[in-house]
Amino acid sequence: MQLWLIPVLPLAGFLINGLFGRRFSKGTVNAVAIGSVALSFAWVLKTIFALGSLASPYSEHYFTWIRSGILNIGCDFAVDRLTIVMLLVVTGVGAVIHIYSIGYMAHEGGYYRFFAFLNLFMFFMLVLVLASNYLVMFVGWEGVGLCSYLLIGFYFDKKFATDAGNKAFIVNRIGDFGFSLAMFYMVKNFGSLDFATVFQQAQGAPEATLTIIGLLLMLGACGKSAQLPLYVWLPDAMAGPTPVSALIHAATMVTAGVYMTARSWAIYTHAPAAMNAIAIIGVVTAFFAATIGLAQNDIKKVFAYSTVSQLGYMFLGVGCGAFSAGIYHLVTHAFFKALLFLGAGSVIHALSGEQDLRHMGGLRKKIPWTYLTMLCAAVAIAGVPPFSGFFSKDAILVAAHQHAPWMYWLGTLTAGMTAFYVFRAIFLAFFGEYRGDKHAHESPPVMLIPLAILALLSLAGGFLFKVPQFLAPLFPTLEAPEDPALVAISVAAGLMGIALAWMMYVARPGMADSFAASMKGLYTLVYNKYFVDEIYAAAVVNPVVDGSREVLWKDVDVKLIDGAANGVGARARNLGSLLRLMQSGNIRSYATWVLFGSVVLILAMGIVGGLR
Amino acid sequence: MDVILFLIFAVIAVVCAINVVVQTHPISSAISLVGVMGSLAVLYLLLGAEFIAAAQVIVYAGAIMVLFVFVIMLLNAGAESKRGRSLMAQLLGAPLLVALLGLLAYFVQRLYPRSASVHFGGFTHGTPLDIGRALFTTYLLPFEVTSILILIAIVGAIVLARKEMD
Amino acid sequence: MTAVPISWFLTLSAVLFVLGVAGFVFRRSVITVFMSIELMLNAVNLSFVTFSYQLKQVNGHLFAFFVMVVAAAEAAVGLAIILTVFKNRATLNIDDVDSMKN
Repeated sequence: MQLWLIPVLPLAGFLINGLFGRRFSKGTVNAVAIGSVALSFAWVLKTIFALGSLASPYSEHYFTWIRSGILNIGCDFAVDRLTIVMLLVVTGVGAVIHIYSIGYMAHEGGYYRFFAFLNLFMFFMLVLVLASNYLVMFVGWEGVGLCSYLLIGFYFDKKFATDAGNKAFIVNRIGDFGFSLAMFYMVKNFGSLDFATVFQQAQGAPEATLTIIGLLLMLGACGKSAQLPLYVWLPDAMAGPTPVSALIHAATMVTAGVYMTARSWAIYTHAPAAMNAIAIIGVVTAFFAATIGLAQNDIKKVFAYSTVSQLGYMFLGVGCGAFSAGIYHLVTHAFFKALLFLGAGSVIHALSGEQDLRHMGGLRKKIPWTYLTMLCAAVAIAGVPPFSGFFSKDAILVAAHQHAPWMYWLGTLTAGMTAFYVFRAIFLAFFGEYRGDKHAHESPPVMLIPLAILALLSLAGGFLFKVPQFLAPLFPTLEAPEDPALVAISVAAGLMGIALAWMMYVARPGMADSFAASMKGLYTLVYNKYFVDEIYAAAVVNPVVDGSREVLWKDVDVKLIDGAANGVGARARNLGSLLRLMQSGNIRSYATWVLFGSVVLILAMGIVGGLR
Repeated sequence: MDVILFLIFAVIAVVCAINVVVQTHPISSAISLVGVMGSLAVLYLLLGAEFIAAAQVIVYAGAIMVLFVFVIMLLNAGAESKRGRSLMAQLLGAPLLVALLGLLAYFVQRLYPRSASVHFGGFTHGTPLDIGRALFTTYLLPFEVTSILILIAIVGAIVLARKEMD
Repeated sequence: MTAVPISWFLTLSAVLFVLGVAGFVFRRSVITVFMSIELMLNAVNLSFVTFSYQLKQVNGHLFAFFVMVVAAAEAAVGLAIILTVFKNRATLNIDDVDSMKN
């Protein structure tokens, strides 16, 4: 079946563009980059058709990577239904965004570098998805983190971009630490990292062990998928180009945590405490991020907090046992969130770089296609039936009610807030009078066609892709009775959010500002993201940096280590100047030394010769 | 008879040697050294080394010591001045010398049992005939090398000691 | 008792040698130091001849002969050096010839 071709094709694109792209024309770079992803997508389709119903997973073993003691880890790829879903999302949405980038990055410097890094990201993400043991998945995990760093800091001459790249990588590292510990614990307890072996042994393992592993994996997922408390890197990651935000920080990389959690369902179903923790963190993050999104003025930041919030929904889904619902939301979210970001990119491109909502307005008539596609995404994310977002969010909320009703109520409130802030962004950007001073022009077709494709998927995805039914044979079934009342309440919350946004931003434009003025303290708190970054800086970052500088550098490095190295040299010099005193220039003392030496020698010869 | 001969000349040798070391004026040391060499020549005869005894008197006492005396005269060397000192020599010199003498004497006593003894006429192969035969057969190479050595010494001595021609 | 034990000869040689070393270490005039060196060489010659007697071979005499030749060459060159040093520094005190200090 040659599964390896799926990731290797983008890798080849990376190598060609990376090594020779400087000399290629834009057309050649495009052809290589998009061709490799498109071919990969085609190969995924071929694989699906060739494998048929996939009742059981299909795996390929390539070579043995580590063989040491009890540990035998091979480079293995495996495909089952969950993998198919992820592969289609990654390669499909990835290909669309690659095409969009041709238009968006047309006037930016470093063109070939961008596409090279994007292809490298695709390679690592596909490795992550295709892996059939935790270590190969970790290779992909780390690799996408690296590519995220490279692409966030793409405009490397801007300090805030490189700072954001650093922040993303470092915060991710904390999560990776949890993942690594989980792997070590798995090896200790199960002797293997293969999915098949681990999940089979998890059936009979003690609950405490599984809970620990589950919590450590959750830490990894929190880092990669930007949940509390490790979400702080995602808003700053908006410093990268918009296609990067769409691909990596909406559709694919940040969903790796959800995918990993869903893949490890065999562990989690036997560790209810860990699953509960995931659900709680998910729903709290969803609520928390939505509140911050209410007050942001940068259009990309609004969508960034929205991503954090929607990821919280996915974790809520898997935490309540509705694994397929979480993955379903992953798929629909990829469609409408990527579309929102790409649309925002189109707006920014139209306004030649303006990102502040307060300087937009009335763009409905100037860039109509962008407006229409973004509207499709907005209704999808708001959960308006019968669009895709409604189906997936509904599945999660029903499962949440089953698990713990308070989660359902908090999730519904968050759904209302989601609808509110998304439509706030839409209304501020596209309605009313234009508050800026730039000349808006519509984007070229190469950017609009991907928007149209994603809009179609956002609207019809619920009908086209019956993900829960597709994944049902894989996960344990969850008894969740469909209660029409719950569904109605959540839909009503969404519609109320839209109506409130309409009232505050279209019908009575001044209402928002007076509302904010009357609740100044709360508004300041929310607008400044609850000062979380400042708290982290004061509590964690600055002590570490200062400690490093004062103690580790000035004391340990300079005094101890340099002191030891210099000290050895100084001692040698001292010994030398001591020995120098023997060279007095006095012949008689030299003679005495010779005499001394000869006496010693004669004595030694006598003793050796046995004359004692 | 041999014992008495040995004792007399051994004592003369030792006394003259002590004199060499003790006298302040170099010329006195030189004369004492001649005395040592003469006594040693007699002792060589006792050991049957006729050629060596003759060479000792002719070469050592007759040529080398004369050279020393000439140089002392040339330099107008007077009694030794008392300046300068060496801490090492003062501290360690005497103990080390005593140790050296003690060690050597001890080893000699242990290695050579009393039965071995020397009497005049005990060794008859020290004649010039025997020396010559060995010198020009077994020791031919060292012989040639020493002749070159002497040549070098002559050249060196002339170069070092001559006056610069203006 | 008309024979002299070999060990007496060797002890005499040791005594003469040690006296030579004493002269070398304790005297300050460079000519006296040279004469002490000659004394040491003579003591060693006595040792060689004694061993030649003990082993009933003539090789020891040959060694003594070569020692004498070399001592002669060395005395010639050494005294020439002393003359040169005296010309340059006008001193016969070896403690004053210490430019190798430190």
